[in-house]
Amino acid sequence: MALEVQIAKELPDFTLDVRFRAESGAPLSILGPSGSGKTMLLRCIAGLERPDHGRIVLDDRVLFDSERRVRVPARSRRLVLLFQHYALFPHRTASQNIAFGVRNLSRVDREKRVAAVVRRTQVAGLEHRYPRELSGGEQQRVALARALAIEPGALLLDEPLSALDAHLRSQIEAQLQETFAEYQRPTLLVTHNIEEAYRLCDQLLVLSRGRIAACGAKEEIFQRPPSLEVARLTGCKNFSKVKAISADSEEAIVEATGWGCQLRVAHRIERAAHVGIRAHHIDFEEAAIPGASTENTFPCWLARSSETPFRTTLFLKLHEPPVGSSSEFHLQAEVFKEKWERFRDQPVPWHVRLPPASLFLMPH
Amino acid sequence: MDWSPVWISLETSVTATLIVMVVGLAAAAWRERHNGPVMALVDGLFLLPLVLPPTVVGFFLLLLFGRNGPLGKLLLRFGHTVVFSWPATVIAAAVVSFPLMYLTARAALEQVDPHFLQAARTLGASEWRVFGEVALPLAWPGVLAGTILSFARALGEFGATLMLAGNIEGKTETIPIAIYSAFDANDMQHAWTWCAVDIAISLSLLAALYYWTRARGPARWVRR
Repeated sequence: MALEVQIAKELPDFTLDVRFRAESGAPLSILGPSGSGKTMLLRCIAGLERPDHGRIVLDDRVLFDSERRVRVPARSRRLVLLFQHYALFPHRTASQNIAFGVRNLSRVDREKRVAAVVRRTQVAGLEHRYPRELSGGEQQRVALARALAIEPGALLLDEPLSALDAHLRSQIEAQLQETFAEYQRPTLLVTHNIEEAYRLCDQLLVLSRGRIAACGAKEEIFQRPPSLEVARLTGCKNFSKVKAISADSEEAIVEATGWGCQLRVAHRIERAAHVGIRAHHIDFEEAAIPGASTENTFPCWLARSSETPFRTTLFLKLHEPPVGSSSEFHLQAEVFKEKWERFRDQPVPWHVRLPPASLFLMPH
Repeated sequence: MDWSPVWISLETSVTATLIVMVVGLAAAAWRERHNGPVMALVDGLFLLPLVLPPTVVGFFLLLLFGRNGPLGKLLLRFGHTVVFSWPATVIAAAVVSFPLMYLTARAALEQVDPHFLQAARTLGASEWRVFGEVALPLAWPGVLAGTILSFARALGEFGATLMLAGNIEGKTETIPIAIYSAFDANDMQHAWTWCAVDIAISLSLLAALYYWTRARGPARWVRR
């Protein structure tokens, strides 16, 4: 069972043009910056917008086919779209909201269905409240219950966590994970939060200006982004242009022109144009160990630092001390506070190591 | 004293308001779904009775419903004449108060967040259900305000009514027309009485409007 989507739609700034398949039981995260067409894509699948051409098929049911002039209206698609701000009907209590989509059932079946989703989504005790009497997290759960009550053929979630406080978010996230595991139908989750996408879904689709920049297993995309754009969109901060020096089947030696150094990279690709490394993969040699390998290890100076509660981002200049502006740096490294506290007072230059297995090459 | 103008006025206004409520709401809902240059023309047509002098409206209604008018001929075939009868007061009042209902209902429907309607659709609701169970309840305070405004306008209707329905005592003589007749006959006592009645009805209407839009506004969607 799967949801197959292949659509194109002209938008004011670009053309949404995508083709992908979401399998049951493997939630797919659609990641992209705001304005990349993510929400429009969900709305097309749900039947709220009309693609210019293409095909949308759920299992064997054709929902949209521009060539055969099929366009199943939203109400008959049985695909529920969970809106960013939930869109709970303010004039109906939680249980009336949940029962909205199952009015065609007999009274007994309807009550059974509502009771079942109320249990599953942990909204018991809230049934008689109106949406405005519910907290953000409670509204989220009621909206999810309302969606699951109609036993939808696929679940579409538009930024489900973005309207929640940080502490609620992890709680709801855990619940969503449970729901996904139990629900076992194609699930699409739109988000611009990289970590949320990674935690909630196995499959990742990176959308950029209406095109698919990458699609596949999340680990692969994060480890080896297929392009500079995908690396950026998945949060990578460090890039340099490269010139290939030598390569064998296992690894490559490249010259990183932006960083002014030679690097060994633990894989190779044809026509490498850029090398990248994620900020938290950069290592520091805290004390020079005599005889230790100096491979991919370079002296560096601190240009500036920026702190979050648990981590510190270090902006580093390689090979020589920064002169003048603190915006002059080669690498951004991210380290835990404890580590930063340990080596912040050590004499410069520090030694930074770019592990060959963490470096990745990207084609032109 | 003959109280018939009060009953005629109330009967006329209530009937006209009920008609205008249904027709105005339907027109507003229909207009919500259509857009384009033709619709600007439709809007103009719908709002014309609001901006035209009532006598002009009455004049055109006479042309339409008169013995030689298209609708008048049609009704005559079934043995009915509208002009100078009680239904004429209803027609005049309804036509004149229609724009108020139409405008207010449209504004109220436009205020409804489209996400609610879209959510209802993805949950399998037909367009009738989307309108009846989501759009209308959410727009209800506005629709109610439009209804009360229309009622007030229907109650005060004078010019078009006089042209189409005339001034027949006990049949088409509404309060505003009774005031005019009394004043014309230099009967100040009756003119004062009808004015007082009219003020009383209008004030109660305003009070009702105030109460309903507050008590029936969104604040009610909490547990009591």
